[in-house]
Amino acid sequence: MSLYVDIEKRCGDFLLRVRFETENEMFAILGASGCGKSLTLKCIAGIEKPDTGVINLNGEVLFDAAKKINVPTRKRNIGYLFQDYALFPHMTVFQNIMCGAKDKDKTREYIERFFLKGKERLYPAQLSGGQKQRVALARMLAQNPRFVMLDEPFSALDNYLKTQLEREVMNVMESFENGGIFVSHDRNEVYRLTDRIAVMEHGSIVDIQSKHGIFDAPKTLAATLLTGCKNITRLERRKTGYFALDWGIPLSGVDAAGAPDTVFCYAGVRAHFLEPVCAYEREVENVIACEILRVIEDTFSFIVLFTNRAVEMKTGYAVMTYELPKEEWQKIKDKPLYLRVPADKLILMEK
Amino acid sequence: MDYSPLWISMKVALTATGVTFILGLLAARFVLSLNRMRLFADGIFSLPMVLPPTVVGFFLLLLFGKNSAVGQFFMRMGINVLFTWQGAAIAAAVVSFPIMYRTSLGAFEQVDKNLIYAARTLGMSEGTLFFKVLLPASLPGIAAATILAFARALGEFGATIMLAGNIPGRTQTMSVAVYTAMQSGNRVLAYRWVAMIMTISFLTIVLMNYWLSLQNRACMREGGNGF
Repeated sequence: MSLYVDIEKRCGDFLLRVRFETENEMFAILGASGCGKSLTLKCIAGIEKPDTGVINLNGEVLFDAAKKINVPTRKRNIGYLFQDYALFPHMTVFQNIMCGAKDKDKTREYIERFFLKGKERLYPAQLSGGQKQRVALARMLAQNPRFVMLDEPFSALDNYLKTQLEREVMNVMESFENGGIFVSHDRNEVYRLTDRIAVMEHGSIVDIQSKHGIFDAPKTLAATLLTGCKNITRLERRKTGYFALDWGIPLSGVDAAGAPDTVFCYAGVRAHFLEPVCAYEREVENVIACEILRVIEDTFSFIVLFTNRAVEMKTGYAVMTYELPKEEWQKIKDKPLYLRVPADKLILMEK
Repeated sequence: MDYSPLWISMKVALTATGVTFILGLLAARFVLSLNRMRLFADGIFSLPMVLPPTVVGFFLLLLFGKNSAVGQFFMRMGINVLFTWQGAAIAAAVVSFPIMYRTSLGAFEQVDKNLIYAARTLGMSEGTLFFKVLLPASLPGIAAATILAFARALGEFGATIMLAGNIPGRTQTMSVAVYTAMQSGNRVLAYRWVAMIMTISFLTIVLMNYWLSLQNRACMREGGNGF
């Protein structure tokens, strides 16, 4: 199924303006909470009505403001998995799934498929989080939706349950052929579950790429932050080349990266891409002499928070993060720390 | 002691509650679907609550009187509203209607919006949605609304006495009986009716609470045996 969305909606001060197209795939929208992800899904489902624009599913017009077409939600046949699952509290598991299946035999079939046998007569309040999600998935898929949308299905769960439910959703989505949209604020979930990712900020999509593209070379500051890059600096273009204002070092390798007339405003580097160098190597380019502020022991690594100590702290440089495996930290922890920003690992952003 | 006020009161209050139950729910659902005219419609439906019951009674007299179209229509149907128990029921229904309407509107609005949205994405029509999702999900609120409306109908005095009068054995309800007994200096009788009304009202509330707790136990039991 291919979905084409090009809509605009104003809600008070908030302006939603999105345009994207999906093919037969799991498509992700990644964004901080309140960026308009859920509103976008609601517009596609027909729960909210956009002010202008077009929504088109597989060639069929679902919404067209100019032609005054607005197919009601119940006729769109788009599956919607809500964050809190929205199971009907007064109905049993069987009755809930029946709402989607509309047929007793089919309901039984889905109860078996989702390992809910024996739970038919229970009410949602008597189910565990995992069972609730399975009921919601079964109810959604039993209606044979033309397209599915998952709205932050794991955000209210603890880590252990999250991993299990994520695998179940993964299995279900792999066997579902029609494609869909997955919405989340968690970069890891999005990376594992989908192939193509749109990054959303303040109601608009700032970047759409394959998941590899978006994590290796996000194009905007918002996308870089959302993909979890911890070290970001403002750039200043000087005669001699770019200077990283927040890191306090000239940055080489930036000029060569873009077309001659592109001007980069920000640069970033992921915490585990920084390279420790020996003291005598410190004249090498892109090296920061580190003032260690704090060392945090994480489950499988050490996280070192530092700033540049080489220059007088006039404006105060940004606190940077360096993450490395535990045994490597043990080797270098007693020496003064110099870190190099590898030019080929730099993320460069024009805005 | 003549128990006719008890039976008349029950007959009047139950009929009024039945009428008010259906009309109140319909009105609440109607207002829920409005956007722009909502405040206006809400004002109209709530009016009998803020008007003095005598004013409501006055309007009902005008409406069902011999000179009005409605009154003549009922006359031709062979139904006499004025000074009958049906008149008392109409008065009680009108006065208790806003309570039913407002409380159930509140209950509808409390229902998790996502349940409504989910029902729509599952292809439910608005009618099915109302009976299968909205109504059951707001059941405790609607039960409370019905009980409150019943209590209000049972205690209705002003509009009833204007529209139905105070005819012993025919339109004299319990609250009117208390008034009549006091007027004629029969304090003992007044005490009896007061005690009767208090008992019925109290029992109603207790029964409602009991029923709601049963509901909760059936539906909201926590637990399940883990993942």
